[in-house]
Amino acid sequence: MSSTAATPGKNGRRLNGNLRGWFARQPVWVRIVGVLAVIALAYLLPYTAEIPLIGPQIVTEGIDWPSALFNMSYYVLLALGLNVVVGYAGLLDLGYVGFFAVGAYTVALLTSPDSRLGTEWPWLAAVPFAIAVAMISGLILGWPTLRLRGDYLAIVTLGFAEIIRIVAQSTETLRGDRGFTDIPHPPGQQTDGSALFGVRDATPYYWLGLTVIILVVLGVRNLDRSRVGRSWLAIREDEEAAEIMGVRTIKYKLWAFAIGACIGGLGGVMFAGQQGFMNSGTFVLQFSILVLAGVVMGGSGNIPGAILGGALISYIPDRLRGIQDPIFHTDLFGFRFAIFGAVIILIMIFRPQGLIPSRRRAMELKDREKEAAPS
Amino acid sequence: MSEPHIESPQEMDDANARPVDAPAPTGPAESAPAPTGPAGDALLEMQNVTLRFGGVVALNDVSFVLRKGEIFGLIGPNGAGKTTCFNAMTGVYRPTSGAIRFQGRSIVGRKKHQITRGGIARTFQNVRLFPEMTALENVMVGADAHHKTSVIAALFRLPRFWHEEHEGRRRSLELLEFVGIGKRAGDVARNLSYGEQRRLEIARALATNPTLLCLDEPAAGFNPAEKEDLLQLIRRIRDTGVTILLIEHDMRLVMNVTDRIVVLEFGKKIAEGTPAQVRDDPKVIAAYLGVPSDAA
Amino acid sequence: MNFSGLIHNFGPLTVTGLAQGAIIALFALGYTLVYGVLRLINFAHSEVFLLGTYASIIVWGFFGLDQNSPTPGMFAVIGLIILGMVAAVVASGVTAIGVELIAYRPLRRRNAPKLAFLITAIGASLAISETVGVITGRNIRGVPRLIRQTDVVVIGNTHITNLQILIVVLALVMMFLLDRFINRSRLGRGIRAVAQNPDSAALMGVNQGRVISLVFLLGGLMAGIAAVMYNLKIGVTRFDAGFLLGIEAFTAAVLGGIGNLRGALLGGLLLGVLQNYGAGLFGTEWLHAVSFVLLVVILLFRPTGLLGESLGRARA
Repeated sequence: MSSTAATPGKNGRRLNGNLRGWFARQPVWVRIVGVLAVIALAYLLPYTAEIPLIGPQIVTEGIDWPSALFNMSYYVLLALGLNVVVGYAGLLDLGYVGFFAVGAYTVALLTSPDSRLGTEWPWLAAVPFAIAVAMISGLILGWPTLRLRGDYLAIVTLGFAEIIRIVAQSTETLRGDRGFTDIPHPPGQQTDGSALFGVRDATPYYWLGLTVIILVVLGVRNLDRSRVGRSWLAIREDEEAAEIMGVRTIKYKLWAFAIGACIGGLGGVMFAGQQGFMNSGTFVLQFSILVLAGVVMGGSGNIPGAILGGALISYIPDRLRGIQDPIFHTDLFGFRFAIFGAVIILIMIFRPQGLIPSRRRAMELKDREKEAAPS
Repeated sequence: MSEPHIESPQEMDDANARPVDAPAPTGPAESAPAPTGPAGDALLEMQNVTLRFGGVVALNDVSFVLRKGEIFGLIGPNGAGKTTCFNAMTGVYRPTSGAIRFQGRSIVGRKKHQITRGGIARTFQNVRLFPEMTALENVMVGADAHHKTSVIAALFRLPRFWHEEHEGRRRSLELLEFVGIGKRAGDVARNLSYGEQRRLEIARALATNPTLLCLDEPAAGFNPAEKEDLLQLIRRIRDTGVTILLIEHDMRLVMNVTDRIVVLEFGKKIAEGTPAQVRDDPKVIAAYLGVPSDAA
Repeated sequence: MNFSGLIHNFGPLTVTGLAQGAIIALFALGYTLVYGVLRLINFAHSEVFLLGTYASIIVWGFFGLDQNSPTPGMFAVIGLIILGMVAAVVASGVTAIGVELIAYRPLRRRNAPKLAFLITAIGASLAISETVGVITGRNIRGVPRLIRQTDVVVIGNTHITNLQILIVVLALVMMFLLDRFINRSRLGRGIRAVAQNPDSAALMGVNQGRVISLVFLLGGLMAGIAAVMYNLKIGVTRFDAGFLLGIEAFTAAVLGGIGNLRGALLGGLLLGVLQNYGAGLFGTEWLHAVSFVLLVVILLFRPTGLLGESLGRARA
């Protein structure tokens, strides 16, 4: 080990020789313009079909394009949240869908006419509550379990998601399969007086989702570039050394959990607001694993990676919707979990750092490979 | 918002706000003054500390007192219990019996991060940096120990965040300069040379603003010139008011730099005194050489 | 909560629990074996079991049997069960070794971090169960009724059926054979050596790759037997049957002390019984929740389980 440490490696820098490295070396105004351009393009995505030639190839067929974009937006949100937990803090959470469910159910309980509470609040009023409840559920789950070893934590979080599903299915308050109907949509009117967030066109929902994503990215980035991000990284690299250097490991792990839960809950809030209906069948466990696949595929510990991964896990199945496979004649959409299960294996074997790797993650993996090599 | 909170508030009140050479804060409740000696007030007291792992006795009834401002050596043959002693002080192990007091207050059972923020910092026998962080970031993790920026403040970039981030960066760069690796601030720790990594570890420990700095074999693997530099560095650290506890194998280095020494063998203290006294102690000579000898 | 129900049905709940627990215990062995040697949670083990359930149903299908066929004669039943077991064991064993080769071995060669193994394991599990799900249209698949359940022992309101006895006895026999194999045979010694210290075992000439394959195979065999017993007892299977029972089997392994063979038996039986008491108390829809809650509680308070965590030191 000491021999590899003694030779200053050049590969630490080489990873920056790509597009990202080039971008980072540009003057500030170029970077700002670049980012703004990307954001503007993202807002224009609903009009992709208008692009000659390639546009029609990109848009989905089995589902209208704005709805597909909205689906992408909440998957991206979930991937961003799970990335905080898995990528930054290094905690494998397999029950992430649980927080999504908590967020969505809180909205449903507070707003739907089917709810026992009978509050029938507007959607917007329920939002802060739903996020808070999701966050609290994250703390309740994290508080006892974060002392567990990594692999045990994974199984316990899996159990947590299953318990939430069982509770949703078997308790009268959460209405099982019957679910909640008429969950109100977000507020707002168009110029002609019709509702801004209607049922016909999902474009406003996508724009709302995109705006939320931008805010979440800003927040996560702020955290990453502060003592919080440093603490997470230190915990991931050497938990005991981090604690001896004064890092409150449990506190920061708990925060990662809570922040992840918050973002997951937010995803649920968006979902409930657009769909208007949900039941216990909405939150299958495979969903958590799908989001994990997105994070791993995109590049865990990296915001652009999480965004790309989250978008792909939603886009690819939606693009396959309405296309039948030649053997079983089922809609290819049904294969989505199977496909992404296989994708997870392939990525972990051939490109463990993901499509857009985080510089540090890539190095961590390289290091371990070197350690394995001499034997 | 939800930190595992500290047992008794009185105990850790001063954890964050503790200027380096201010006298140990004493509340009205604590009338019993700490024992004083010629070299200064007692900083850390080990009192009859015993530590067992199953049937193995790693530390057997060890007592000694570190005084403020001294450089204190802890030596002994391999497996004598030196690092175990360190680990007991820094909260990695909990003593089976006995008391450890730091600035007059018991630190047994406190969490590792509490002890660090209370003023004891350490380095590791086999370097344990955060290898993929830059040198500067490594030191900033240490500096964060006495920062109070909350997660919320970091999220919304509140004034305290900017203030502490600047202060931490400035102080960290200063410390890197101080240990002599200022030029490597932007390099990933893994890419530093072995000697630089050792220095970086010291800088990271110093960033926590310790009252007591514990160095676990800092000269291991160094050549004579590097050892000489390290010696100077240790003295300079002491001159800033930090008390130093040094575990070291190299007898020459220990004899040159320390004010007092405790010798451990098989988990027991066999000698204590100035380097000259210890050097001439027949028990120490026997322990180190295996045979009695009159030459040091 | 329904305390009087629990007390009234204590006997029947215990018997059902023991039979269920015996299946869980065999299933749990796969987790325990792999964990004992590799310190790895083989999340895809649930799919090893799943393919076992389908393999036996398919073989029985060759004989024109489905869930509506009448129960065949005594000798035919014995032959069919043995054939079903062979099919299940082959399917499960092949799956287990295949998962090891495809999903784990490349990572091991690269010294990947521990969580990477868990992530590929999840990928493998999802890929297999969902492929089965797509092929079967996510419908349940009925099992031929090979054994007509009859009461053999009746004590008060406690009825013990022939099938329940068969399951428990078979599980005990398999456990006994496995225990003998690990503790007495030369190959078993290799497994224990790798479990205790992989590096020195390699130095002593133990072929680590082969030992690891063997461990996965043994886990697969046990899961195959468990799969047939599950089929006979439950009467239906579905693409997610492995997943649900897998969590329980894992809980059982942890409860008894993961990595410890006898712990898996104890954990399985205990979990089966506790689950049924829980269901008696709160209602059957909470049966699975009981095991999850139990899992969390064990991991928090006694993470090494009841019998401790060692395959290497599980001496006869």
